[in-house]
Amino acid sequence: MKYYDKLIFELSKPGRTGYSLPDSFDAAQQQLPFGNRASKLACSPTPCAPFQGDVSLTGGTVRGGTASEAQRWGPTKSDVSEGQAAVSSIVWREAPLELPEVSEVDVVRHYTNLSQMNFGVDTGFYPLGSCTMKYNPKINEEIANMPAFTGLHPLQPESTTQGALAIYVGMDKALAAITGMKHFTFLPCAGAHGELTGLMLMREYHMSRGDLARTKVIVPDSAHGTNPASAAVCGLEIVVVKSRENGLVDVEALKPLLGPDIAGIMMTNPNTLGLFERDIKEIAELVHACGGLLYYDGANMNPLLGMVRPGDMGFDIMHLNLHKTFSTPHGGGGPGSGPVGVSDKVVPFLHIPRVSGFHGNFGIILRAYAYILMLGREHIKMAGKLATLGANYIKESLKDCYKLPIPTVCKHEFVFDGLLEPNGVSTLDVAKRLLDYGFHAPTIYFPLLFHQAIMIEPTETESLETLDAFIAVMRQIAEEAKADPEMLHAAPHNTPIGRPDETTAARQPVLKYE
Amino acid sequence: MGAFSYFPQTEEDIRVMLERIGVGSLDDLYADVPADFIYKGEYDLPSAMSEQQVRDFFEGLAAKNTRLKVFVGQGAYDHYVPSVIPYITSRSEFLTAYTPYQCEISQGTLRYIFEWQSMICRLTGLDCANASMYDGPTAAAEAVRMCVASTKKRNSVIVSARLLPHVIDTVRTYAKYAGINVVVTDKVAEEVAEGVLDLAGVIVPSINRFGIIESHLGLADLVHQAGALLVEYCDPSALAVVKSPAEWGADIAVGDGQSLGIPLCFGGPYVGFMACTTALMRKLPGRIVGQTVDASGKRCYVLTLQAREQHIRREKATSNICSNESLMALWCTVYLSLMGPEGMRKLNALCYEGSHYLHDQLLATGKFEQVFDGPFLKEFCLKPLCDVEKMQQALLDAGFFAGLQTEDGYVTFCVTEKHTREELDRIVEIVKSIK
Amino acid sequence: MSKIAEGLLYSESHEWVKVDGNVAIIGVSDFAQSEMGDITYVEMPDVDDEVTAGEDFGALESVKTSSELIAPVSGKVVARNDALEDQPELINEDAYEAWIIKVEMSDPAELDALLNASAYANVAE
Repeated sequence: MKYYDKLIFELSKPGRTGYSLPDSFDAAQQQLPFGNRASKLACSPTPCAPFQGDVSLTGGTVRGGTASEAQRWGPTKSDVSEGQAAVSSIVWREAPLELPEVSEVDVVRHYTNLSQMNFGVDTGFYPLGSCTMKYNPKINEEIANMPAFTGLHPLQPESTTQGALAIYVGMDKALAAITGMKHFTFLPCAGAHGELTGLMLMREYHMSRGDLARTKVIVPDSAHGTNPASAAVCGLEIVVVKSRENGLVDVEALKPLLGPDIAGIMMTNPNTLGLFERDIKEIAELVHACGGLLYYDGANMNPLLGMVRPGDMGFDIMHLNLHKTFSTPHGGGGPGSGPVGVSDKVVPFLHIPRVSGFHGNFGIILRAYAYILMLGREHIKMAGKLATLGANYIKESLKDCYKLPIPTVCKHEFVFDGLLEPNGVSTLDVAKRLLDYGFHAPTIYFPLLFHQAIMIEPTETESLETLDAFIAVMRQIAEEAKADPEMLHAAPHNTPIGRPDETTAARQPVLKYE
Repeated sequence: MGAFSYFPQTEEDIRVMLERIGVGSLDDLYADVPADFIYKGEYDLPSAMSEQQVRDFFEGLAAKNTRLKVFVGQGAYDHYVPSVIPYITSRSEFLTAYTPYQCEISQGTLRYIFEWQSMICRLTGLDCANASMYDGPTAAAEAVRMCVASTKKRNSVIVSARLLPHVIDTVRTYAKYAGINVVVTDKVAEEVAEGVLDLAGVIVPSINRFGIIESHLGLADLVHQAGALLVEYCDPSALAVVKSPAEWGADIAVGDGQSLGIPLCFGGPYVGFMACTTALMRKLPGRIVGQTVDASGKRCYVLTLQAREQHIRREKATSNICSNESLMALWCTVYLSLMGPEGMRKLNALCYEGSHYLHDQLLATGKFEQVFDGPFLKEFCLKPLCDVEKMQQALLDAGFFAGLQTEDGYVTFCVTEKHTREELDRIVEIVKSIK
Repeated sequence: MSKIAEGLLYSESHEWVKVDGNVAIIGVSDFAQSEMGDITYVEMPDVDDEVTAGEDFGALESVKTSSELIAPVSGKVVARNDALEDQPELINEDAYEAWIIKVEMSDPAELDALLNASAYANVAE
């Protein structure tokens, strides 16, 4: 990766254009109330420079301004004159519009160079725990770009979108088959969005029974930050249940927390340590007995593909991350999709929460559907198992140089608690050194239960050779920690930039180009 | 079934790994799962398809869709998509990358987000922007939450009834569960002046659901005097020529970037944006990219102000948002880089010319009555005096999606730079022929 | 070993209190600032806000963490250290100099529940 230090604004030169539009609308003879240098129409008596001069519009005038810097202005008394024309004239922009003026070739070159400072799943191994960075199949992209799908307006008459609607029906059936839930809503655009929607459904269920006392939701201390955050956004209070030394939810600690004020429990299974919560049957019975519902956070669904269905474990509401388990690309942080599935008793409420504008992220749902069809009922049976195989293989291969707090068999991911012989080398140092070797770092400092947490999830799309290469480098870094810790503190060395000054970035934020 | 191209493991590989782990079979790895939870049957899914079969399957579904010439907006606009954009966004280093937490190998993503934030600030005139939200409606809902969080002990918001219906619905949904009191009204200024006791915020549209560009003269002052914040919901494409939120004195601006060259795609993925004044910066939800330097003084970019977010603040976070619409923000950034200020103005000029032409021609047929006389840009509503269903069907038969009926009984049209004079004349001709 | 200043009272959550008549001057201990690392932002209440003993009145933020500030006593905020807005690092530099808020106490008896310097030394290990 080469360091490329430009911003698009720095490539700008007045007079350059990268756009391609037809000429004027053609003989409309409309008078434009805003300046447009590029239009062939006579829009004003004087040549229009942006926001200069007067343009006549049915008797009113637009106040020209030559503000050379963006200012925050409010409308002034002088804008107010009689009649319709006054209103017509004050609604137009007066502040300058400072966007870059760049030719097409420079735009292409700029973004191509930016991309070369990035690392994708297509570049190399990405063992991020809880993110399931599996391969993003290209057939998905081909399908998602078909004009017969991308050209549909969300409000078109249903008679013209039967193909798109069939995709929702097909996905509903497929996800129900895979998860054991009854029906899904596809409105949520991400996992956290799904969690929020699921909690809204939980509240609707209780409200429909007139049970307004259920204002709390139980969350394990190992939970991902989105769980308590989603509960807070949904107006619910969090009650934390502790984990035992073996990393599993402490059922005895759960019992006293249950009562008539509990709306439900949010869990992920396997949990964030990659361990299957084997007491789930008892937990489900206890929570249901106190009148609460069980919510399944589907972020860790991958090892269950083909093996276990959350619906069968007693979960009432769940979300899936299509951009994790179902291979849709992460896109640098999104778009994703977080469909929410429910059991019979929650189905009546599924349509209630309106959490996004149209029909959810259709383009992502389409990709996931293509993936499910490629997998089919045959290959899905191997997906979870192979993911689990790879994780355990790495765990066993490195437990002699990294601290393994919980030595039992894991599922798709597991956690090391730093080096066995740290010699002052932190998890952060290890992660940054991995970048030098061409690997993306695993998830670090999560879950909070272990202070030097390194969470590793290989996924089922990685070969034995890739895993062995990763293991070899991790061993190498463990050696480097003993021999040359200073070098690790200063890592990475082979990337376009070194460690950034994050403190100044937070103390004196510079959030835009000036 | 045999080998699968997404699973690289051979039988031998599996044997080697099982041996290292010390178990006999793959099923042994699930020994800690209660036996009755292990799914034993066949999944009720189709049999695995080959790529060609997947193509055939989707071709079959595609054939059941009809691509129409789209002359409706209502939150999803059929603007021209420059050829360059998908070429950039499909680059695997952008497409298959994760959230840029490891900034040393994510400078590409971080830089385009910084550019996006900058461009959103320039369009809206406000001081800072975040790395994106799910869509316009959820951005509006988050802005309402931000108003409540920023004004102590105030819990009511006034929502203009002239926002798009799905925006109001989404705001109502989020507000319902958070216990925020929402007053939806047609008379926003009057409602503010009347004095809702614990007013936290007011949200109004820049261009309303009828396509009319609203004047917010004096509104910001009124809202601020009441101790509340003003949020403006805008179409970013229109902001090139329409008064910006900053010029109206708004504190927060939200909207959907779909109008910046994102394909209609049956409703998603789109991208929400949020910008605000410096005073509100630390209340912004979602990710934010900041500029800094590395140890050797190189300019670089990093996710910053993370202590606001869910992974650190948990239940006290400004929002629960984690993943956003990053790649779509890239889409819009490339779009704005290509269009530039000239392209954006020209685009809006073409929209204005086309929509006013169609508006006048439709009125001239005698089949419509004018309802609004405010200024409009690309979208407008008329009251139909003919059989609406007949008209819609006739248009549909000719390949047009136009004249969508609104909740209020009007019909709505939208003309963009993609449309030609011939197409507009054809629509008018069809309308004339309705008995 | 973190510094513990004499003559101050301490809470278990690492806030210190200097009593000045009926006003409690409040900050965080050296232990707290060193645990946080570089402090990037201090979330503080405004003058005239009410604070309640045992409840949070703000937070310290660093790049990767945040830590709630818990009020050691109840009362009304009469002063706020505005310098911390632009220079949160003042707390890192000298935690006992860099006070955060001054509170006019509503119930000075609450001070009895706080620790003296030697008792706090056991907490701040």
